[in-house]
Amino acid sequence: MFDLKKHMKANSIDHAIALLLENPDARLIAGGTDVLIKLRNGKPGFSELVDIHSLEELNFIQQDEKNNILIGSGVVFTDIIQSDIIKKHIPMLCDAVQSIGGPQIRNIATIGGNNCNGVTSADSASTLFALNAVLEIRGKGTTRQVPVSDFYLGPGKVDLKKGEILTTFKITPENYQGYFGYFYKYAMRNAMDIATIGCAVSLKTKKHIIEDYRIAYGVAGPVPMRCPKTEKSVINRKVSKSLLDEISQTIETDVSPRTSWRATKDFRMNIIKELSKRATKEALLRAGEEV
Amino acid sequence: MAIGKSVNRIDAIAKVTGRAEYTEDLYKPGMLVARYFRSSIAHGRVKNIDVEKAKVLEGVEAVFTFKDVPENKFATAGHPFSIDPDHQDVADRLLLTRDIRFMGDEIAIVVAQDEIIASKALQLIEISYDEYTPLILPEDILKKDARQIHKGSSNIVGEHQYSTRDLQVISGDVDDALEKADYVVEGNFETVMVQHCHLENHIAYAYMDDLDRIVIVSSTQIPHIVRRIVSEALNMPLSRVRVIKPFIGGGFGNKQDVVLEPMVAFLTLKLDGRAVQINLSREECMTGTRNRHPFHINVKTGVMKDGTMVARKMDAISITGGYASHGHAIAAAGGSKQSSLYPRMATKFHARTLYANIPVAGAMRAYGSPQVIYALECATEDAARKINMDSVEFRLKNIARQDDINLLSGKKILSCGLADCLLKGKAFMDWDKKKKEYEKCKSGPIRKGLGVACLSYTSGTYPVCVEIAGARISLNQDGTVHVMVGATEIGQGSDTIVAQMAAETLGLAYEHVRVVQTQDTDVSPFDTGAYASRQAYVVSNAVFRAAADLKKKILDHAGLMTGKKARDLNIINGKIVDTHTNAFLMDMKTLAIDSFYHKERGCQLTADVSHKTTTNAPVFGCTFVDITVDIPLCKIKINKIINVHDSGIILNPVQAGGQVHGGVFMGIGAALSEELMINPATGYIYNNNLLDYKFPTFMDLPQIHHDFVETFEPTSGYGNKSLGEPPVISPPPAIRNALLDATGVSINSLPISPHKLFTAFKKNGLMVSKGDADV
Ligand SMILES: Cc1cc2nc3c(=O)[nH]c(=O)nc-3n(C[C@H](O)[C@H](O)[C@H](O)COP(=O)(O)OP(=O)(O)OC[C@H]3O[C@@H](n4cnc5c(N)ncnc54)[C@H](O)[C@@H]3O)c2cc1C
Repeated sequence: MFDLKKHMKANSIDHAIALLLENPDARLIAGGTDVLIKLRNGKPGFSELVDIHSLEELNFIQQDEKNNILIGSGVVFTDIIQSDIIKKHIPMLCDAVQSIGGPQIRNIATIGGNNCNGVTSADSASTLFALNAVLEIRGKGTTRQVPVSDFYLGPGKVDLKKGEILTTFKITPENYQGYFGYFYKYAMRNAMDIATIGCAVSLKTKKHIIEDYRIAYGVAGPVPMRCPKTEKSVINRKVSKSLLDEISQTIETDVSPRTSWRATKDFRMNIIKELSKRATKEALLRAGEEV
Repeated sequence: MAIGKSVNRIDAIAKVTGRAEYTEDLYKPGMLVARYFRSSIAHGRVKNIDVEKAKVLEGVEAVFTFKDVPENKFATAGHPFSIDPDHQDVADRLLLTRDIRFMGDEIAIVVAQDEIIASKALQLIEISYDEYTPLILPEDILKKDARQIHKGSSNIVGEHQYSTRDLQVISGDVDDALEKADYVVEGNFETVMVQHCHLENHIAYAYMDDLDRIVIVSSTQIPHIVRRIVSEALNMPLSRVRVIKPFIGGGFGNKQDVVLEPMVAFLTLKLDGRAVQINLSREECMTGTRNRHPFHINVKTGVMKDGTMVARKMDAISITGGYASHGHAIAAAGGSKQSSLYPRMATKFHARTLYANIPVAGAMRAYGSPQVIYALECATEDAARKINMDSVEFRLKNIARQDDINLLSGKKILSCGLADCLLKGKAFMDWDKKKKEYEKCKSGPIRKGLGVACLSYTSGTYPVCVEIAGARISLNQDGTVHVMVGATEIGQGSDTIVAQMAAETLGLAYEHVRVVQTQDTDVSPFDTGAYASRQAYVVSNAVFRAAADLKKKILDHAGLMTGKKARDLNIINGKIVDTHTNAFLMDMKTLAIDSFYHKERGCQLTADVSHKTTTNAPVFGCTFVDITVDIPLCKIKINKIINVHDSGIILNPVQAGGQVHGGVFMGIGAALSEELMINPATGYIYNNNLLDYKFPTFMDLPQIHHDFVETFEPTSGYGNKSLGEPPVISPPPAIRNALLDATGVSINSLPISPHKLFTAFKKNGLMVSKGDADV
């Protein structure tokens, strides 16, 4: 039994925005896999809902004329996994969302909800960070674009104002064409688990030189993060085994994991370092490099 | 012939179509719901409680606190009543309590029109406590001046020991034997609180069908025991309590305890017979019902250079939490297994069970044996390694054989296929070849190893408790039979097995035997319920006798009808046959119609047997496992695992396989990931939910293999022995032994989680994080 006060079904984006503005205490529900958990736990602020679940306007995966890949915020993970566009151009996103929950969760949970929930462990987030995804957000008569790295403001806090709704994730061609990536989720279980650490690597090589290198983590800090120092130290370097080792050393200076009862800082750091090597190695192998 | 066949479960279609009705599916118009107000501290006493605001909330029907319940302590363990007062369970529980003994203790209860109102009312209750330091670790609990969690208990619920010297079964004092041994290997082992995680949480409701009698519908493994304990808790005659058990979504021992039933009975009594339901949430179920006792065990093993184990001395501490529940019986049952598994050595087992300010422990699948045998089989491995002997060979030298005498019971072991189990498992794993192959995998970041562990278990509780089972079989007008048993189907498949047994003895087709699924203490024959893996073993003796009796009555009636002698007749495939001529005489329906409706001869043909089993057959088995250890990531991957069991004759291979797979699954969870994590300062449980309690998913399990060595056990109706609990026992020590084989690191506490591996690998210098070798 849920202590639901008000449930309002939106029939368009504009309608949803209007409902949010009319009901200042209401919030959006898409798949509900985060919202309903909080409602059940009696957390305040979740008992009035504007329902955008299965809103067609938010349900699309397409490539526009400029080759941008556009993913609607209402797309469920199963559809991402099965999308030919995603499989072909950014398979690492398939890896990432395949690791989420179980089949039932993936059938209903949306990529929009995953990121608007604002937690560091959101499994699609680190990949979107590595891809420099841009989020399109609509309000009453406004549209703005926010890079994913600016969207996360703090634990549970994202850059959404009253009456705003996230509509689209955009990945531009210069962020995926020629790139090879890998996502590694480390958790205590192989399904139905929250990441202890998530690591996404996306890179580009030319003649065994790493032309571009991006590494992003979930749970290595209060919000998902990129690792600028490490990235800088890797770009333009030759592929080698010792480079992997170096990465795992520099990475320590980029991240700030913490101790919780779920895992100690030491433990997380060990996993962060090890995953930097393993994810980079896998991405290099996908790029056709030998390591 | 129905025995030994994988007939479809009798309830399979009802379950997969969703038609099977569980307690939550049953509903009484106007039923109220009740929710407990639980303590937010682990140790203390209520100073003041104010429930007035809760009482006046609209939709609240009543609020009761510890002030409103009878001052009548009762015991909750689902044991048969013991005539011997010394063996009776510890009565230390009230319906609601002022003295707080664990975080989540039940102080008050709200009855409301729905659960949302009830939850809101709980938030309106005001409370203040006198707080005491929680007693959680054995050394604190046992301190001389430690507060008594239950007045007068000195925090020890029970203590016992047995030794071969006192029993005088084999000569020799254990200390002498240790003295004379070539080597003594010693280890300290620890197991943690784990939880059953049955799919269906605890749920029960009660109402009064007239103004005199209470009807309780409950998800329980023990309807007849519930009836007795409710009558004790409420001080009312047993015959005024009726307990109904619908379909059950698993119990694993957690429903072998009387948890909600006395409260719902109390509430309906107070509310003029209105129906009141308690339906626990998963979070409540994980800390507010029962869990597995954590153990601390010291084991000393004396071993000779030739591989003979000559002595074993064990000292165990078992922690029962805030209330006794099954009390010391767990440690006693667990400790007894050494003497059936390794019966030829000087032995001493000593154990104490302690109260602590943590959630209450009770019965859980295999009842103390997973803890004790984990310690024993780790210790056995350490002994084998001490003298450099192969782990399988070492066990073959020391394990029980048929005709050995069980040290503790003094009884001869009549069937024992353990050696064959080990040989089958060894062959399946290609043990010798793999051992060689893995010699190359003992360094670097990825290592491989093999492990083995044995188990022994019992087929019931005799002679500690009575073993009584009832069966009633009647012939229907259409020639089929209805069977009623007190054996309790809780998902394990007991009703199917009962139908197979009846069909076998009666000569009927399995499809012509209907087992009455719902149990109702007003009408079901007496049986103490589903626990101790007793059900198929104990009920077999009742069903066999009842079926044989009914068969005789059927043949007598056929004799009356045909003028032939009953002894010349038989039932074959549901037909009456003349055994001399092989002539078909009539089908069962013809006979049944005649027995019911002939105006002069016959009657309704039925048989009703209640039988006490006074034997207890030991069962045996083993686990073999092959693992890969990823050192930098601190993870164990199971490449291959098999359980091989001697459980006597296998009655239904598919169902038996299901029991083994489920058990191995739980064993792997206990070995690698499951633990209710407790804050040692406050007694707070961090992870009473299925996200943070790391119960494995299908993605975490390897393919599970199983095999059987079928011995014939002469003391049961159909040659069968127990199988329900044993499969859970041996996977954890086998996995620990494989880790030792792979890495040389022995981790002597469960679970072997990544966190624990990290600490152990670091301590042992295995975490070299430099070099590409780590990748
Ligand atoms: C059993 C289980 C397992 C899980 N496993 C994982 C896992 O492995 N990895 C993981 O990352 N997560 C996991 N989750 C969490 C959850 O499934 C994901 O975060 C999911 O993506 C949330 O999407 P949703 O559509 O269900 O969001 P909802 O619950 O509907 O919404 C989440 C939040 O986003 C807001 N929101 C939703 N859509 C929009 C929008 N278009 N614009 C603005 N705000 C919006 C809502 O208001 C709410 O605050 C799990 C959850 C469960 C219950």
